[in-house]
Amino acid sequence: MDYFLTEDQKMIKELSRQIADEKIMPARAELDEKEEFPWEIIKVLASSDLMGLCYPEEYGGLGGGTFENCLAVEEISRACIGVSVCFAGTGLGAYPILLFGSEDQKKRYLPDIASGRKLAAFGLTEANAGSDASGIQTSAVLDGDEYVINGTKQWITGGGEAEIYTVIVMTDKSRGSRGASALIVEKGTPGFTFGIKEKKMGIRASATTELVFSNCRVPRDNLIGKAGIGFIVSMRVLDRTRPGIGAQAIGLSQGALDTAVSYARERKQFGKPIISFQAVQHMLADMAIQTEAARALVYSACRFIDSGAKNISKVSAMSKVFSSDVAMKVTVDAVQVLGGYGYMRDYPVEKMMRDAKILQIYEGTNQIQRNVIGQELIKEYAGKKDNR
Amino acid sequence: MSVRIDIELCTGCGVCIDSCPFKAITVEDGIAHVDETCNLCGACLDVCDFDAISMSDIKKTEFKGDGFKGVWVYAEQRNGKIASVVLELLGEGRILADKLGVNLSAVLFGDSIESKANGLIQYGADKIYLVDDPLLKDFNDEIYSNILTDLIKEYKPEIVISGATAVGRSFIPKVSARLETGLTADCTGLDIDSEKRLLLQTRPAFGGNIMATIICPDMRPQMATVRHKVMKKASYDPNRKGEIITKGFDGHGKNLRTNVLDVVEEIGDLVSIAEADVIVSGGRGLQEAKNFRLIEELARTLDGAVGASRAAVDAGWIPYSHQVGQTGKTVCPKLYIACGMSGAVQHLVGMQSSDVIVAINKDKDAPIFEVASFGLVGDLFEVIPVMIERLKNRKG
Amino acid sequence: MNVIVCVKQVPETTGVKINKDTNTLIREGTKGIINPFDMYAVEEGLRIKEKLGGEVIALSMGPPQADEALREVVSYGVDGAVLLSDRAFAGADTLATSRTLAKGVEKVGEFGLIICGKQAIDGDTAQVGPGIAERLDIPYVAFVRKIREISNHTLVVERMMDDGYDVLEVTLPALITVVKEINEPRMPSLRGKMKAKSVDIPVWGISELGISEEEVGLKGSATQVIKIFTPQRHGNREMLEGSVERQVDQLVSRLDGMKII
Repeated sequence: MDYFLTEDQKMIKELSRQIADEKIMPARAELDEKEEFPWEIIKVLASSDLMGLCYPEEYGGLGGGTFENCLAVEEISRACIGVSVCFAGTGLGAYPILLFGSEDQKKRYLPDIASGRKLAAFGLTEANAGSDASGIQTSAVLDGDEYVINGTKQWITGGGEAEIYTVIVMTDKSRGSRGASALIVEKGTPGFTFGIKEKKMGIRASATTELVFSNCRVPRDNLIGKAGIGFIVSMRVLDRTRPGIGAQAIGLSQGALDTAVSYARERKQFGKPIISFQAVQHMLADMAIQTEAARALVYSACRFIDSGAKNISKVSAMSKVFSSDVAMKVTVDAVQVLGGYGYMRDYPVEKMMRDAKILQIYEGTNQIQRNVIGQELIKEYAGKKDNR
Repeated sequence: MSVRIDIELCTGCGVCIDSCPFKAITVEDGIAHVDETCNLCGACLDVCDFDAISMSDIKKTEFKGDGFKGVWVYAEQRNGKIASVVLELLGEGRILADKLGVNLSAVLFGDSIESKANGLIQYGADKIYLVDDPLLKDFNDEIYSNILTDLIKEYKPEIVISGATAVGRSFIPKVSARLETGLTADCTGLDIDSEKRLLLQTRPAFGGNIMATIICPDMRPQMATVRHKVMKKASYDPNRKGEIITKGFDGHGKNLRTNVLDVVEEIGDLVSIAEADVIVSGGRGLQEAKNFRLIEELARTLDGAVGASRAAVDAGWIPYSHQVGQTGKTVCPKLYIACGMSGAVQHLVGMQSSDVIVAINKDKDAPIFEVASFGLVGDLFEVIPVMIERLKNRKG
Repeated sequence: MNVIVCVKQVPETTGVKINKDTNTLIREGTKGIINPFDMYAVEEGLRIKEKLGGEVIALSMGPPQADEALREVVSYGVDGAVLLSDRAFAGADTLATSRTLAKGVEKVGEFGLIICGKQAIDGDTAQVGPGIAERLDIPYVAFVRKIREISNHTLVVERMMDDGYDVLEVTLPALITVVKEINEPRMPSLRGKMKAKSVDIPVWGISELGISEEEVGLKGSATQVIKIFTPQRHGNREMLEGSVERQVDQLVSRLDGMKII
């Protein structure tokens, strides 16, 4: 389908696809097997300028928006979402600085992130604070000109590999979610260490670790925006990055569909390629319908966000929920089309199916997303006079 | 000069489209058109049933080859050893020289190499041009091409052939360029058009998918490099006599721009794939580096060399010097055994001219079987040990 | 130091297949690609630039559509490109081609090194590189698998041979041809792709090069193709049947019978 992309957007897609085909496809099985962070690929993405897509040119980026970034994520995800989460995760870490940081912070951190010299990561989740961000227990107490951080963040994407961390901490516990703030912590700061690397079901190329803070002191200047806006920073950032999960989902679905169709064309049973059987055709048709519908929604959400619209929470959540549910279903069906072979590690679809599950969980579970959408509906309809 | 389509005669049947190796012909509005990718090879001329295709103003240049006579073979040596392709060149050179009724000479450079000259005569050369000097010990493009060019200028042979080896393919093009004559690389067939005294040089192009016969009508000498293992080795006659002409080397003291610092042999105890009569090749199906031992053992049993697909080389299982195919080496052994490789076109172009191809693959639909003389469908880890055992028993 | 890389647009080989029934060539699509060996030349040129500074200029001789190939190498980071194209260049053999490219090099200007791929995958001649070196009267090394040292005046390289490698030192300016082993080409960059879209690629014909029609194309060629045909293929494909042991036994007896082993 023609989505009327600009020349530059087509170029981004084409370049990302080339890297996915030539560098990621051949490496993905081994990265998954060895649970190895894809540094080689990250370097290629960096030297190809793709790490800088969504940053303004004045900070060494290419001046694109959410859409440009999502096009790259989609193509990389066709090959492997374990790799694409490493790519997208650094954006998640950088967005608080980009959206709320001071000019000084932007100048200090964004050029390294945009060039891919350094990766960033975002630290929000804790053992007792996932969907409920107000449960955050990691604290930061002002002592002179420094914040002293104590506590542990959990399941942080890019943990240990990234250099720059934006961490949500409690600076005033008494104020609940209004007492949260966002701080920049650089790797190597005394008192900042990493916990064990998690063993995951999927996206095993990516690193997921704990961030452990023990009397870790950072300058007061590392505060993003002002104290107390940590929760707002998180919500605004996630509103903008959720379509990225949608982009991972449509890339993954497309990858699974591609594998399933080409297998069905070649695999013969009863003397005919299995794609000639209607039962298989219908499965493939449903996979294609859902993937395309998800793509249309994700692309529209991106364009809406890039238009500068303010009320993006609902659409952003919708694009994440719908496409991640699609990715789960499409990858399960892809395994089914490949039958016994699909269950074996010789073919990529079992990995795709394992990978898909995280999309329904991270950056806010699909249940929480539905809450967000529900809340938005209540707000929308409350303002309308005629509800019929 | 261009290929012309007579629009009166052309029916737009399109037969010429497939004949064009350069995809330069299209049919629009019922008439064939030739675009700029045309290489003027003339392949389309004969296929037209309506004589609608012609070549305009056929090239007329002056013949610049008066006084050139005789066939020369470049007798390549490395570390004082005559390359095996030289005996094939002498065999073929003898046939060409006899057809033309001229002498066959060999050109030999090296250090303390004089003892080898007589052997070349016994393999059919009438004359040897020998240049023996310590400075010629190792292959240096600059010195070698100077000497050969000077000799050709002095003695004016009409044909000069060399092996299409690393050495031949490296410096022979320099010689032909300096002499401003034609050179046909990597020939698999040579013949003489006795009427015109022309060397007919046939070589594969497009990775062996098409063959082209090439002539050098007006310039002399006519030069060709010849692929290993395609020409018949010369017969040996210990009583043959010939003349050895020793030429002095005046290259000392000249300001050289190229220095050979070191010569390193790397093949170890295995035969080089360029030289081998038998090649056993492994691909992705081997799964990991250590399984190449199985391929090596089969190769050793057959006194053959070990080849590899690009996938196996890229995976780091075996060095690049073993790679067969488009970005590796082109080989044509008597027997090529392809183990656990699917047969990507890029691989096929490097080995499809082999005399006999045996393919072993567990997927019966693998493209490798399409070029195979014999196909074995099965797991290579089961098939190869049985092959090794049977071959060893047979020997024993 | 400025580096000139020579590139050629060639038909994609994967598109060349043999029709098994008629034994003729089928060429699917007309997609031109950059000769794979030339990509290693481009990469090596970029690495030298990163080390010693200067510019990398790509040079190609071919039909007008070879402009695409040059734009593609610009997307990999090459600074500029020139296309040598003229109806008069058609039908050139390696002698005429190297004469034309050498003229192009002279017009491009000062350089320290020229890098070519080992050979083009359509012609497989490996003659144009040495031909250019000879015309320009500069030292030359074929089949380079590694640059050991490079300065603005000298170059130490490893040349791949059939049985190992040679180490050579040459003075600059020089020309080398490179094999696949020398490096792993990078991916294009987005900024490079954007530049490739708008970069001006001059086209030089015989008048720009100051070369006569007699020296180029078919007229300037020493060789002529007189016949093109498809090679005889082994039409005797035989799939051996039965157990592994049975298949192997059949194979050994066939090969024995053919006196292959």
